[in-house]
Amino acid sequence: MIERDVDIAIIGGGPAGLSAAIAAKKSGIDNILLIERNESLGGILNQCIHEGFGIEIFGEALTGPEYMQRFIDKVEQLRIPYMLNSTVLDINRKKHITVCSPEDLIKIKAKAIVLAMGCRERTRGQICIPGTRPSGIYTAGCAQNLINLKNYMVGKRVVILGSGDIGLIMARRFKLEGAEVLAVVEILPYSSGLPRNVVQCLEDYDIPLYLSHTVVDIRGIKRVEEVVIAEVDEKRRPIKGTEKRIECDTLLLSVGLIPENELSKMAGVSLDPITNGSIVNENLETNVEGIFACGNVLHVHDLVDHVTLEAELAGESAAAFVKGELRNESNIKVTAGKGIRYALPHLISGKRDVKFSLRVTYPDRDRKIVVRDGERILKKIPRVRINPSEMIQFNIEKEYLKGVNGLTIELE
Amino acid sequence: MKGSSSDFIIIGGGIVGCAVARELSRYEAKTILLERESDVAMGISGRNSGVVHAGFYVEPGSLKAETNVLGHRMMPKICHDLGVPYREVGKIVVAKNEGEIKDLYKLKDNGDKNGVNELRIIDREEIKKIEPEVEGIKALYSPTSAILDPFLLNIALAENALQNGVRILLNTEVTDIKGKGPFIVKTNRGEFRSEFVINSAGLFSDKIAEMVGIDRYKICPCRGEYHILDKNRRHLIHGMVYPVPPREPGGLGIHLTPTTDDNIFIGPSAEYIEEREDTANTKEIMEKLYSEAKELLPKISKKDFIRSFAGIRPKLIKPDAKKSRDFVIEESIDNFINLIGIESPGLTSAPAIARKVVEIIKRKKRLKKNRKFNPKRKAPVRFSKLSDEEKSKLIQKNPNYGRIVCRCETVTRQEIIDALKNPLGARNIYGVRKRSKATCGRCQGGFCIPKIVEIMEEFYNPSIDDLTLKGNNSRLFIGRTKDLRKND
Repeated sequence: MIERDVDIAIIGGGPAGLSAAIAAKKSGIDNILLIERNESLGGILNQCIHEGFGIEIFGEALTGPEYMQRFIDKVEQLRIPYMLNSTVLDINRKKHITVCSPEDLIKIKAKAIVLAMGCRERTRGQICIPGTRPSGIYTAGCAQNLINLKNYMVGKRVVILGSGDIGLIMARRFKLEGAEVLAVVEILPYSSGLPRNVVQCLEDYDIPLYLSHTVVDIRGIKRVEEVVIAEVDEKRRPIKGTEKRIECDTLLLSVGLIPENELSKMAGVSLDPITNGSIVNENLETNVEGIFACGNVLHVHDLVDHVTLEAELAGESAAAFVKGELRNESNIKVTAGKGIRYALPHLISGKRDVKFSLRVTYPDRDRKIVVRDGERILKKIPRVRINPSEMIQFNIEKEYLKGVNGLTIELE
Repeated sequence: MKGSSSDFIIIGGGIVGCAVARELSRYEAKTILLERESDVAMGISGRNSGVVHAGFYVEPGSLKAETNVLGHRMMPKICHDLGVPYREVGKIVVAKNEGEIKDLYKLKDNGDKNGVNELRIIDREEIKKIEPEVEGIKALYSPTSAILDPFLLNIALAENALQNGVRILLNTEVTDIKGKGPFIVKTNRGEFRSEFVINSAGLFSDKIAEMVGIDRYKICPCRGEYHILDKNRRHLIHGMVYPVPPREPGGLGIHLTPTTDDNIFIGPSAEYIEEREDTANTKEIMEKLYSEAKELLPKISKKDFIRSFAGIRPKLIKPDAKKSRDFVIEESIDNFINLIGIESPGLTSAPAIARKVVEIIKRKKRLKKNRKFNPKRKAPVRFSKLSDEEKSKLIQKNPNYGRIVCRCETVTRQEIIDALKNPLGARNIYGVRKRSKATCGRCQGGFCIPKIVEIMEEFYNPSIDDLTLKGNNSRLFIGRTKDLRKND
C-alpha cells in the first residue's frame, strides 16, 4: 500500500476537475493530485463529438474533445500531477482518500479536496417504466459512448424518451448515422433541453417531438420490438385511450442526470435534496471544512463553460484554504423562492461579490428575477425568456449585500 | 453429437437441474445437462427472492415440507463448499392488526410440526428491537431463515458438476423425446441417447413430460413482480420482513428481502398470466408493490428504486384453486423422472430434491461412487469484499485488480475477465452480471457496459452477433457505425 500526502486532491479529471486543478496551481499550490478513473483526462466531453462548447469562454464553438484538449494541454504545461485508471473507493471526514489504481491501493492524506465527480444518468428503474427487459434499452450517454467512441451502432429504429440535451444530441447523431428516429417523447409540456438543441437536432431533421407524452410499455423478449407511448394529463399520469404503438428496436432514455455524490456522503458532506449536490457557501466549500465541490457533482449544468468558471472558483478556494487564507464567514442563508427551483450558493458572507446560479421551475417570457432581504428588494433582473433547461447566472456586488440577514431569490 | 450415449440426461439448467447434476456427479456415470438458454439460471432460478426458507409455510407431511426442511439444513454447507454468499439474517412475519395474529400462531404451529427450530412469536417491542423501522403489532420470528445469491448458487452447482465430470450443453433445446429407456432426446443440436431422463425444465416441465406421453400435468404460470432498492437503503432492515400470507394459495405476500449484495427486494406479487415467458412488469403491480411495501416500511421511496423485474412461478394449480399443490418428484414412467411444479420453496428444496432423485435412481441402477468427486468449488475473487491489505496484495500480483470497471459495485477488470472465462462458456452481459455483479448497481450498466464490451473484444474477439445482452437474438448492436449508410 502506498501512502501520500498532498495539499489538494481533486477527484475527477473532467472539465470541473481540470479547471479546479489549473486554478489551484495558478494560486500557488504545487502539491496537487488530480485523480481520474478513466484511461484519459477529459471526462464525459471525450464522447461529446458535436460542437457548441466554449462559446462563452473562448468565443468559438468547439467540439467536446477540442474544448477539453485546451485544458489538458494546460495541465501538462503546468505539470500538474494526475493519475489515470484510478478510482476513489473511499473518503472520510479527515480528508483521507483511498484510491484503487493499477499500481496499488493508495492512501492519500489531503489538506483540501475538490469534489468533481460529475453526474450519472437516471435509469429506467428509477422512473418505473413497465414492460419487458430486452436488449436495446440504453441511456443516451451510454449509447453516445458506444457510438462515438466504440463505433457500435446500437439500433436503427429508435424512440427517445426525454428531451434532455443528450437525448436531443443523440437524436441527431442517430439520424446522421442513417438510423430512423421515430419519436422523441417528453413528459413535460415543454422540452427539457436547450432551445438551440431542439432546433438544431430535431426541427432541422424533421424528428417529431411528442410533448406531454411518455412511454407506458416496452415489448419484446430478446430485443426491443415496440414501445407504447401515451399522452399524460397535467399530473403527468398517462391518459387512457391515447396509447400509440411504435415499432422500434431501440429505446433511448434521456430522463435526467443525477450528481454522483456517493463519495461525498462517505465524507459526511450534506446534500441539497433538490440539486442532489452538496450544500455550499460562496467559496463552494461544503459543510465539511476543506472539502469543495464544483461542476455537475454540485448541480447539473447546461453549458460546460459554466462548469469551467465554477471550478476555477473551487480551485482558488481550495488553494486559499491550504494557505490559511480562506475565511468561512458565510452565515447568510440563500432561499429559492417562488418560481425558482434552486439557487446556489446556499450560504453567503455578505462581504464579497457573489455569482449566483439558479434554475426556474417553468418556462416563461418577460419576467423579473428579484433578490430580496425580507421586504427590501436588492436587485431586479429582467429576462425576456426564462427556461428550466437554461441555468441563469448573475453577480451581486458586495455593496448591495451590506447588512443583509437572509436572501430570497424569486420570480416576480 | 449424434449417437452420443449417456446414463443420465437432465433437461433444464435451473437450480433443480444443476443440483441434480451435482448430486449425480458424486457417482461414476455419464451425465449430460441440456439447457436451451445461453447460460444456467435463466428462468425461475434467477428470478426469485433468494430466500432459504426455514419451512413454516409448507404443509406438514408434504414433499414440500420434507425437502424444504432438509434443504434448509443442507444449504449452509453447500454454500460454504461452493463459495456462494449465504447469510442467516432471520425473518419476521408481521401482523398489522389483531385479526392477523392467529395466522402467526398457525404458521408457528405449522413450522413446529415440520421440525423448524427456534420459531417464536414476538410483540411490538421486540419487533422494534429487531427491525426498528418496521411497523407491526406482533410477529413470528424465525432466526434461522436465510438469504443467498440464487444466481451464484445455480452457477456454482453447475460448475461443480462440470468439474466433477458432468457435460453441460448450453443453447440446446429439447424438441422431442423418443423411445423408453434408452430414450432418444432430440434437440436443435442433435440427438442424445440416455438410459434415464430427469425432467427439471421448470416452466416447460409439463411440455417435456408430454413428449413421453404424460399429459396429466399442466403448468399455470403465475407472475411475481419485484422492485430492487439501492444499497444505500440496506440499513432500513436487518433481515427479511414478510406480511401475513394471503389466504389464497398464490404467494407469500409482498415482502422485503435483503440480498447478499445489500440491496432490498420488494415483492413478489402473484398474478396468473397466459404466456409462460411474459416476465414484463406492469404499471398496476409496480404501484401496488410500492404501496404495500411502504406499509411495512414507511421510510422507502421510489427514488431508491434501481430496477424492477419479474419471475414466473410454475404452478400446478389453477387461479381458482383453494389449496396449494405438492411438488411432483416421481418416476412417472420407467427411468423418466419428473420434477414438476417446483415453485417456492424450490430454491431451498433443490439439494434435497436432488437427493430424492438419486434415491429413486438407486432403486433401479447400481451407482458406483465417484472417488474423484470434489465437493468444493473455488469461488472467484470479489474485490469489493476484501480488506485494504488484501486488495493491495492482489493488485501487486495482477494490476487488472487495480482497475475498477463497474464503479457502482466496485468490480475490477480482472473480475470481468474471470466472469467471461467462466467454465460454462456463457459469454454475454447477463453472464457477466450474474457472476461479477457488474451492471447491478445504481447506474445499471450505463457506465460499464461499454467497458465490458471492450473487454469482450480483447478477450475473444466476438462478431457483432455474439455481443449480446442475454444470449441468442438479444444483440446489443445492429452493426458498426456507417453500416446503415452503406446503401445510401
